[in-house]
Amino acid sequence: MLNYVLRRIALLVPTIIGISICAFAFVRVLPGDPILAMAGQHGVTPERYEILREQFGYNLPIWQQYFNYLWSVMQGDFGISLATKRPVINEFMALFPATMELAFVALIFAVVIGIPAGIFAAIKRGSWFDQITMGVALTGYSMPIFWWGLLLIIFFSGYLGWTPVSGRIALTFFLKPITGFMLIDTLLYGNWAAFVSALRHLILPAIVLGTIPLAVIARQTRSAMLEVLGEDYVRTARAKGMSPNRVVNVHALRNALIPVVTTIGLQVGLLLGGAILTETIFTWPGIGKWMIDSISKRDYVVVQSGLLIIALIVMSVNLIVDLLYALINPRIRVQ
Amino acid sequence: MATTNTSASAPASGLREFWFYFSVNRGAVIGLTVFAILVFVAIFAPWIAPFPPDEQFRDALLKPPIWDAAADPRFILGTDPVGRDMLSRLIHGARYSLFIGFFVVVGALIVGVVLGVLAGYFRGWVDVLIMRIMDIILAFPPLLLALVLVAILGPGLFNAMIAIALVLQPHFARLVRAAVMAEKSREYVAAAKLSGAGHFRLMMVTILPNCLGPLIVQATLSFSNAILEAAALGFLGMGAQPPTPEWGTMLASAREFILKAPWVVTFPGLAILITVLAINLIGDGLRDALDPKLKRS
Repeated sequence: MLNYVLRRIALLVPTIIGISICAFAFVRVLPGDPILAMAGQHGVTPERYEILREQFGYNLPIWQQYFNYLWSVMQGDFGISLATKRPVINEFMALFPATMELAFVALIFAVVIGIPAGIFAAIKRGSWFDQITMGVALTGYSMPIFWWGLLLIIFFSGYLGWTPVSGRIALTFFLKPITGFMLIDTLLYGNWAAFVSALRHLILPAIVLGTIPLAVIARQTRSAMLEVLGEDYVRTARAKGMSPNRVVNVHALRNALIPVVTTIGLQVGLLLGGAILTETIFTWPGIGKWMIDSISKRDYVVVQSGLLIIALIVMSVNLIVDLLYALINPRIRVQ
Repeated sequence: MATTNTSASAPASGLREFWFYFSVNRGAVIGLTVFAILVFVAIFAPWIAPFPPDEQFRDALLKPPIWDAAADPRFILGTDPVGRDMLSRLIHGARYSLFIGFFVVVGALIVGVVLGVLAGYFRGWVDVLIMRIMDIILAFPPLLLALVLVAILGPGLFNAMIAIALVLQPHFARLVRAAVMAEKSREYVAAAKLSGAGHFRLMMVTILPNCLGPLIVQATLSFSNAILEAAALGFLGMGAQPPTPEWGTMLASAREFILKAPWVVTFPGLAILITVLAINLIGDGLRDALDPKLKRS
């Protein structure tokens, strides 16, 4: 197993280098000049321009700039945001918990509804429940989530007035972050009203972000379950006179869930992409909104390092999922 | 029992057999019907639409749809904030969405197939190089990568399509590579090689047609994905630019009226959903019909 883990990690090294080259190169070919972007509306004198170029190393040959960048990244220095003049890594760390919290709740929503729905649809194959569930799942899978978010706002915020339209918590609460997770922080402070406010802010964005993963998980669970239910050992268990519940829970479910776990893990990239749209609609202060704001403000340093960090997160999660899969399913390791 | 009977009597012709399996799936047939209507609407948009998509009626701003008491009978689905007929804009929008889907799939398909065949056929360093590049593309969330690419190329519909094609293309490459590797060791390929077929002929004429099934399914999925991503880019202001009646762009410019005039938000999104759903229904039907492992399982 250790051998397998090491081999998988070694395989990632060229990809990581490629990702860093991409992030670096994208930003160099973005139209516009970083120094001018930094100077803002006031402009900059030619002398000052040269000084700044030297200070930020833009006068060096391109390959040297890349290695300098790589070197500082390896020391944990992701550069200084052009817009806020704060270290990118600090900004990321401040915003990431908001996205994590949103994505985590969205994933729980997707799993808690998706897996049981998929299982029942498979057991009652061809029934009206199966047909409706799969119809709803395909609709969810086809959903333009930015529109879905607006619809929910129209109905729940506009028509019923149940939920707020934007933000993470009502402005009347000001809590110094402990973990950065609003739901946990408000509980740690014992501030029940703040917790309810945070929850009300979270619920619509989480549903929106969780919709496509929910559809994917429900469909995947159903097809994995159907496959397993057709296996010989399930037939044997049935023939032995085992109760239908026991056949499903003990024999079928465990094996059906292996591919489902992989599917859940692979949703992380999708969640981070979906976060861009969800956070834009609900003005959620997370990394998705941070990235799109930085792209439109042409904050090169943030775009470059943000891309790199996000790609590294997606890759690490995929690696963990692969390793978990190998752990559950020993046949993979040998190949 | 019924299964064995029907498959035994199924006609030998490939196309008829395909239609036999496809038409069993009611959803797929509905999807195909809706899609056919959409294609018709897109082609004949200027003749079907009651008004030109950019004609402004200054006396009818934000008129609600016809079932509302305050409606103007000229505008069946109401008008937008500058007095343009919603229905006409939606009808013209079908042109953009279908064109985007078509262009992106063709682009991603060509690049992906060529790279996948090269990687799977030659293996070795060609394979390693191509697949590492695909891994790098797949490590970024697709929408984020498309956004950055559009920022580099400049916002606009055409650049958005190129960016989306580039982001979707690795799926084709991976699929084709796996299929080519599986087919390459078969006897018919060895036979073709012995009878003197060159590399190009082996790759494109002998092997590729046998990988078509999964490729068609993937193409359908990418078609709907492309429409969704392009609409998302339009919504974020990086795709088609106003006043283009692209559905995502229409949504973006209607956002501020969401509580005052919900119909300007509802209809463009509904149009996207119906189109994407129809294509995904077709995709499910194709998968069932083309994948022998799933047939009648």
